[in-house]
Amino acid sequence: MTGEDTKHLPLEDLHNAAGARFGAFAGWSMPLTYPAGVMKEHLHTREHAGLFDISHMQLFEVSGPGAAALVNRACPLDAGALEISQSKYTFFLNEAAGIIDDLIVTRLGDSRFMVVANAGNAVEDEKHLRALAADFDAKTEPLGRVFLAIQGPDAWAALARAGIETGSLLFMHGVEPRQDWFMSRSGYTGEDGFEIGLPEADARDLVARLLQDERVQWIGLAARDSLRLEAGLCLHGQDLTPEIDPASAGLMWAISKEVRASGHFIGADALRSILERGPSQKRVGLKPDGRQPVRAGAALVDTDGNPAGHVTSGGFGPSTGHPVAMGYVNTALAKPGARLFADVRGTKIPVDVISLPFTPHRYRKG
Amino acid sequence: MAKTYFTEDHEWLRVEGGVATVGITDYAQEQLGDLVFVELPEIGRKLAKGDTAVVVESVKAASDVYAPVDGEITEANTSLSSDPSLVNSAATGDGWLWKMKLADEGQLASLMDEAAYKAHIG
Repeated sequence: MTGEDTKHLPLEDLHNAAGARFGAFAGWSMPLTYPAGVMKEHLHTREHAGLFDISHMQLFEVSGPGAAALVNRACPLDAGALEISQSKYTFFLNEAAGIIDDLIVTRLGDSRFMVVANAGNAVEDEKHLRALAADFDAKTEPLGRVFLAIQGPDAWAALARAGIETGSLLFMHGVEPRQDWFMSRSGYTGEDGFEIGLPEADARDLVARLLQDERVQWIGLAARDSLRLEAGLCLHGQDLTPEIDPASAGLMWAISKEVRASGHFIGADALRSILERGPSQKRVGLKPDGRQPVRAGAALVDTDGNPAGHVTSGGFGPSTGHPVAMGYVNTALAKPGARLFADVRGTKIPVDVISLPFTPHRYRKG
Repeated sequence: MAKTYFTEDHEWLRVEGGVATVGITDYAQEQLGDLVFVELPEIGRKLAKGDTAVVVESVKAASDVYAPVDGEITEANTSLSSDPSLVNSAATGDGWLWKMKLADEGQLASLMDEAAYKAHIG
């Protein structure tokens, strides 16, 4: 997608100056790679700290006396039970329990929540939230912020050197350290790290200070994708869609038993019946034999040649040193060790079902 | 004496004694980024101009490399099986992709020389 409708990042000039190669993603012109290249950018993030401009993602503030009730309706979540500053990975579901979007919701105050949504679904999400808000005493406000992620083992130290203390903030918690700032310990790489929404002028200042630190480098969208895939994290639009429910996606850990029983959220009835009969396919990790990547869309067959599922994300894992993929397979085959074959341009590549993630998560939980 | 030709699809051909060594240009490897796999052609395969000869795979995507002229594959660069990054580090040297016996040397006339290719990529 190019042309007038393409949206541009507020910090695009900085990416240009850093030598970024741009490409279209979810309606945005995004830095895909920098001169170091995807392989080095990926490894740098795992070894030091990667700086990502994720301003294409949308922050919504939901506030008002009915805010928790609105979140409870929109998401399979007990918003009132969240502690202030606690974040949860959750979804907007449709009536059929299909995933409209996957999100992170953070409780900012008694009646204020931050919702972080995907770029490609931001318009749909806002429409959905606003329609629901009519029934609650709550308002939804999209925030115009630059959104940065800093990910990797040195992320906290680099932030400290740049004057941002992350001190006691633990994984999946978010705070407002300054006026119009939102900072959470979270990310999309499997590494320890932070996501910071902030005004553009503050962002320019923070980026300049961070990039003085040799441990910090800009990282493009290509490495963001290989990092999240190795970490076994889903990309909405590929691994999750409005036709896929959380049970099939293997994401029921995000919905507590109490919430499932409460039935207060949209899609609760459909999800209950899916759980009763069991999903017909499940999301799994897939490790192709050899070096040839198996990519999204590849058909999977079992050892007898019967259709077994399909690949939804696939590529090469720079940290694992081999191809990595995930996809949906018939429930009977959705167990580690199952042998399948992927059709890549007519060649059958052996793939093994494995437990995700490919690279262990290194979150700072306590 | 070998002569080198270029195509609009960013391939180079070095022709000597009716056999062309084919690879992608430095410009092309830069566009593709780090390669992680090269699907090599079978020896003896007959290709018409425009057929997919090789698939090069980067971290992110797979891209076809087309036969620039008609001919028959005589050799594939098997060192790329263990080290596909040779295409990135030496696109016009050790990172060559395949060799082919030309069916019609007259087809070379429609290809570019180095100066024309440089003008093509600007």
